[in-house]
Amino acid sequence: MSLSPVEGVALAEIESGGDAGAEKGFVGRSPGQLAWARLRRDRTAVVSGAMLLFFVVVALAVPLIEMAYGIGPREQFQNRLDGFGMPLGYAGGVTGEHWFGLEPGLGRDIFIRMVHGLRTSLFIAFAAAVITAAIGIVLGTVAGYLGGWVDAVVNWVTDLTLAMPFLIIALALTPTLALRFYGQREAVPPAFQIGVLVAIFALFGWTSTARLVRGQVIALREREFVEAARAAGAGLGHMLFRQLLPNIWAPILVSFSLAVPAYITSEAALSFIGVGLTDETPSFGRMIYRSLDYLQTDPAYVFFPGVTIFALVFAFNLFGDALRDALDPKSSR
Amino acid sequence: MVRFLVKRLFSATLTLFAVSVLTFLMFFALPRDPVSGMCPKNCNPERLERVRQELGLRDPLITQYAGYMKGIVTGRDLGSAQGGRCDAPCLGWSYVSNEAVFDTIARVLPVTLSIVIPAAVLWLLLGVGLGMVSALRRGTWLDRVAIGFSLTGASLQLYFVGAVLLLVFVYSLRLLPVPSYTPLLDDPVRWASGLVLAWVALAFLFSAIYARLSRAQMLETLSEDFVRTARAKGLAKPRVYGRHALRAAITPVVTVAGLDVGAALGGTVITETTFGLNGMGRTAVDAVRAGDLPTIMATVLIAAVFVVLANVLVDLLYAAIDPRVRLR
Repeated sequence: MSLSPVEGVALAEIESGGDAGAEKGFVGRSPGQLAWARLRRDRTAVVSGAMLLFFVVVALAVPLIEMAYGIGPREQFQNRLDGFGMPLGYAGGVTGEHWFGLEPGLGRDIFIRMVHGLRTSLFIAFAAAVITAAIGIVLGTVAGYLGGWVDAVVNWVTDLTLAMPFLIIALALTPTLALRFYGQREAVPPAFQIGVLVAIFALFGWTSTARLVRGQVIALREREFVEAARAAGAGLGHMLFRQLLPNIWAPILVSFSLAVPAYITSEAALSFIGVGLTDETPSFGRMIYRSLDYLQTDPAYVFFPGVTIFALVFAFNLFGDALRDALDPKSSR
Repeated sequence: MVRFLVKRLFSATLTLFAVSVLTFLMFFALPRDPVSGMCPKNCNPERLERVRQELGLRDPLITQYAGYMKGIVTGRDLGSAQGGRCDAPCLGWSYVSNEAVFDTIARVLPVTLSIVIPAAVLWLLLGVGLGMVSALRRGTWLDRVAIGFSLTGASLQLYFVGAVLLLVFVYSLRLLPVPSYTPLLDDPVRWASGLVLAWVALAFLFSAIYARLSRAQMLETLSEDFVRTARAKGLAKPRVYGRHALRAAITPVVTVAGLDVGAALGGTVITETTFGLNGMGRTAVDAVRAGDLPTIMATVLIAAVFVVLANVLVDLLYAAIDPRVRLR
């Protein structure tokens, strides 16, 4: 008995579609359609999804927002600060003109800097999540399917990666790389800093996906359809990407959706300890770091970026959880 | 058991060896002149050259690495400018702080331990307890509160929570002193009051993750046959849940906890920065900023040792917790 990959997927559809189909006659629906229907019925998923959409739209529309708002991220409004560099007015200088107030000291507009920071942060997080997922999937499937010494090597490299203190290495590597490519005096362009950050996340972040995928592949490896394909003489590439991968996309998708907020957090944490992005590029972490100096005199300054990054990560986490429930054929919701 | 331990320790040593080589290459072999950072402001070429000589930077890399490793195992003789004889766990000499790196570590490691160990106890108790309660009371208001708590905690940032805590308890209410470290044996009250905010911040964020994880695990375990069997044969609920179910549910929690605690012991950079405490994390950050190579090496290595040891410990704990696990 040999099952083609298409039939393998079709079988999975029937299996997971069974319980829902029993209610209203037998309607063939793919797992994707089922998950989508569940997701739309889930109020949390809809609300958090809408929040995410909002954040993404804001990040994509940065130039438009900047035009409508009429203030650039590097413009300084010294005339609206008092003699000590503190913004005039309430809540850190919130006015109709400066929605979230001004930074103490430099007098830059907080709202427009946060909009820019959001774009940087989302870009880095998505790029890092895509790259780590790709590395993790390839290493995980290969290690899980081949087993033996390949598995042992991948496992050992995973352990090694986990043993390296991420923050310290990142902290040490970034300036060294910048010096290597740009020298002591040259200014390092933001694009390079962003690239380095993504590369560091890729270097350290693939382990969790690799472990997840490896576990799933080991569970699938001995199933009949895999055996059948192997007996029919399928090549390694076909086995990995045609037979195994389509059966484990659900956990991968969930781990991806939870990886994005983790990278948002990490990017902010790195900027917070002063690696990665410099003050030139607006970023949440940098803002919060600066705001700690003004904790007593201007608490509103820590409040705006702090709450926004919380809302962003919260929405991602909620959505990831809802996605997990929707994709899990065993879940009752 | 013994055989497993030997095998596991061997692979752990191999990992540490690889970490040390990688770190060494990363910092000593990269083209940046390692000395430029570790010399005080006005330093002439001759002094730079002497420092290079004393650090042995003119030697081939293998010799440098071997010297460093020999220092850790047997101690080594450093130049008179570096304090002369450096005893067994010799981690080198820092030109930036003008002391043996070992002394620096001995000073800052207790700070990190004092932050992490109480915080870890707090977060494990709180997290696993909350996860268990919400799994046992599934669907009630208690469960919903616990889920809300863990989702909030998992999305909050340490520096933000830290800032809010500082603002409320230190600057506004003035209930607590500005965070600082006092050795436990000198004055336990000041030790606790200076660190309690860091514990609370860490415990809040971490317990959220553990509550989530242990709730999911507990729910899965509760639907297993052996739990029903235990109840059916007349065992009391607390015994079934507290012993049988918890034991089965806690294994993945132990894995995650091992990694987290191991990583945290190597330095809680963000926590230490937020609360202005000078532990391993701050030391590593400062060393990187100053280009203080021997200190960077030492902090990375010690952090790796903690992670690797925590992993070995987790494997041993597995066997103690889960009777199905046989150590081979």
